[in-house]
Amino acid sequence: MAYMTDRKRAVGNGAAKTGTEHHWQMIVTSCALAILVPFFVFTFGPALGGTYEEIIAYYSRPYPAIVAALTMLVGLIHFRGGVQTLIEDYVHGMARKVLIIGAICLSYGAAAVVLFAIVRLAL
Amino acid sequence: MADVNRGNRPLSPHLTIYRPQWTSMTSIFVRITGNALIVATLLIVWWFAAAAAGPEAFATANGVITSWFGDLVLFLSVGALWYHMLGGLRHLVWDAGYLLDVHKSEMMGQAMVIIAVLMTIFTAIVV
Repeated sequence: MAYMTDRKRAVGNGAAKTGTEHHWQMIVTSCALAILVPFFVFTFGPALGGTYEEIIAYYSRPYPAIVAALTMLVGLIHFRGGVQTLIEDYVHGMARKVLIIGAICLSYGAAAVVLFAIVRLAL
Repeated sequence: MADVNRGNRPLSPHLTIYRPQWTSMTSIFVRITGNALIVATLLIVWWFAAAAAGPEAFATANGVITSWFGDLVLFLSVGALWYHMLGGLRHLVWDAGYLLDVHKSEMMGQAMVIIAVLMTIFTAIVV
C-alpha cells in the first residue's frame, strides 16, 4: 500500500526550467551557422586536395583561417546542444548521463583540437 | 488513487501507425542529418590537426579524406549540411510565427528537399 499522493508524485517531474536557454542557444548558433557554413564550404572545399605547402600557405591567410575556426567552434557548440536533445529523447537512466557527458567532452575536445590546429597553421 | 498502475499503461502508438507525412519525415531527417554531420566534422578536425602536426601526418589524413571513401562521406555530408541548414531556417520561420498551417508546412518541406538537392549538386560541381 503506497501512501504517496498524486500531487507528491508529480512534484519535481514537471518542466526542467532550463530549456529556454538551451533553445535560445540553438537559435543563436543556428543563425551564426547559416552565415558561416556557406563561407566555410566555399573556402575549405576549393582548398581540399591541395599539397601540404599549398594548405599551409592558404590557412596562413586570416580570412580562411577565421572562417574555419569560427565555423568549427560554433558548429561543435551547436552539435553539443543538438546531440543532447537526441540522447534525452531516446536514452534513459545511467546510459543517458554517460552519453551526454561523453558527447559534451567530444564536442569541446574536438573544438579545442581544431582551434589549436588552425591557430598553429595560421601563425 | 495514489497507487494507480504506473508505467504499464497502454500508450498511444504514433510513429508506427501514422502515414508518413512531409512534415514528420522532413523533421526526422533534420535530426538524422544534423547528428550525422559529426562524422565529417571529426574528419575535418583530424585533417586540420594533421596539417598542423606536419607533412607525414597530413599525407595520411589528406589521403583518407581525398580517397573515394572520403569523397563519398564529404558529398553526403554536403547534402546533409544544406538540408539541415534549410531545416533550421524553416524552424526560424516557424518560431517567428509564419507558414504554420498544414498546407504551407508541407510545401516548405517539399521545397527544402528540392533546394537541398540543387545546392548539393551545385556545390559538388563548383568545389
